[in-house]
Amino acid sequence: MVLVFAENQKGIFKKAAFEAVTYGYKTAQALGTDCIALTLGTVQDAGALGKYGASKVYNIADTKLDAFDSSVYTAAIAGAVEQTGAKVVIMSHTSTGRSLLGRLAVRLNAGSVPGANSIPQTDGGFKVKRSVYSGKAFTDYEVKSDIKLISVMGNSLQPEENGSAVEAEAMEVSLPEPKVKVKEVSRADGRVPLPEAELVVSAGRGMKGPENWEIIETLANELGATTACSRPVADVGWRPHHEHVGQTGIAIRPNLYIAVGISGAIQHLAGVNNSKTIVVINKDPEAPFFKAADYGVVADLFDVVPRLTESIKKFKAES
Amino acid sequence: MKILVCVSKAPDTTTKIKFTDDGSQLDSNGVQYIMNPYDEWYALVRALELKEAVGSGSVTILNVGPAANDTVIRKGLAIGADNAVRINAEANSAMFIAKQVADYAKNEGFDVIFAGKESIDQNRSEVAAMIAEYLDLPFISYASHMEMNANTATIKRDIEGGVEVVEVETPFVVSAAKGLAEQRIPNMRGIMMAKRKPLNVVEAVDFEDLVVPVHYELPPEKSDVKLIDPENMDELVRLLHEEAKVI
Repeated sequence: MVLVFAENQKGIFKKAAFEAVTYGYKTAQALGTDCIALTLGTVQDAGALGKYGASKVYNIADTKLDAFDSSVYTAAIAGAVEQTGAKVVIMSHTSTGRSLLGRLAVRLNAGSVPGANSIPQTDGGFKVKRSVYSGKAFTDYEVKSDIKLISVMGNSLQPEENGSAVEAEAMEVSLPEPKVKVKEVSRADGRVPLPEAELVVSAGRGMKGPENWEIIETLANELGATTACSRPVADVGWRPHHEHVGQTGIAIRPNLYIAVGISGAIQHLAGVNNSKTIVVINKDPEAPFFKAADYGVVADLFDVVPRLTESIKKFKAES
Repeated sequence: MKILVCVSKAPDTTTKIKFTDDGSQLDSNGVQYIMNPYDEWYALVRALELKEAVGSGSVTILNVGPAANDTVIRKGLAIGADNAVRINAEANSAMFIAKQVADYAKNEGFDVIFAGKESIDQNRSEVAAMIAEYLDLPFISYASHMEMNANTATIKRDIEGGVEVVEVETPFVVSAAKGLAEQRIPNMRGIMMAKRKPLNVVEAVDFEDLVVPVHYELPPEKSDVKLIDPENMDELVRLLHEEAKVI
């Protein structure tokens, strides 16, 4: 049995949850078993997870689970594993999933693979591929324990509909009192958060100053992309820290990464080189980023970025 | 305030990663090692600031590793940690490391246990959560801001597209993200004093790994970049749509 912990934000399921259930369904197929989903707290429309391949959806509706405390969540998931006899447990590699994976591994005496980017190889053992060295390399982790835990890296597979909605069933697990008091949760509205973004427009020191970012914002808006930046511009305060992608920032793997005025230092490449397609715009033809790019434009960014925005606008109008 | 900071050693961020021919491990020829940046820049420095604000207590740094790691540990002492512990073992899994840390910390009465949010080599982001579970302590991950008022900590943690503010009482485990503190460069006096600070070597407890990395590989080489005429952005959009199929 494969159990997927499908996380929600304020009761709503997002792409990360659908990816995790899709991953769980495919893993269950490979193992010749069933995939079931677990949801925690007050949620809406949990049964819809059935569409992504969960044959059953359980909900532990305790309000202690409406705010995040890793101890309480660990108790809930471990309880569900015990009741269902699940041998593989899957979650999203989000701030929530990453805070839980290690705790659960110790609780269940299970080997864990954080940030898997493909489904397990199950012929002869149980191996899971993941990125290491901040995206500079890959490794296979071999899991030797009876119960196996995996968190799934965002954008490593597309959510697929493999079934139909089911009726969510209630599950009871006794939970400890939370020791972490959540006072406030604030999320920027509108834009897709960077780790989930499929399209990213990123800019660096070539922008010359924070006042010039409007052309980047305009391009991102036209594309429906999320904005990012390199470390130096976050460090000097031109852009907020949460936009910093790279080895010591966020590692991302969008479908399209457009790098504007970023030279492509090895530390920056580490965080973005798993992107499916990379476009580099830089006036320096020797910029190392061109070696990692699929498409390059050697030009002054202040000329070419507005022109790219215009071309996108035209493309959208025509299609 | 008694604080433990877990530190690991990692290849310098500029390292060009390569593996031994059989792909079983990192080819460490010519690799410069540093203290993992999240451990050094954010966890250790915030721990020192908290101790300084209270005016009493101690900051201990702990590393699980071989004697070769002593250079990295001494740097932590030079930055300002009071003493250090090295658990003498080659660690292969996050749970091995967490088990060693927890076994050492269980009777020490630490108020706060810090770790970096992840190491820049394995990027597992698991050790701190595992220590918390072994010790049955609350765990706050990805702390980018942290204030202490007596025994209560108010912590901002990074979540997707925003922040969460939480309150927790000591003792607890916290993992440090960018923004928690500003990097400190050790000065000459710190470097001299570090030589006289205690570094205790402790033998590891037995633990069998449940998961091991078995084979490393580099990503496939990118084919050559396709250069696009800057005057013809329509062509770039066409390629992104028709060839790359990303828009």
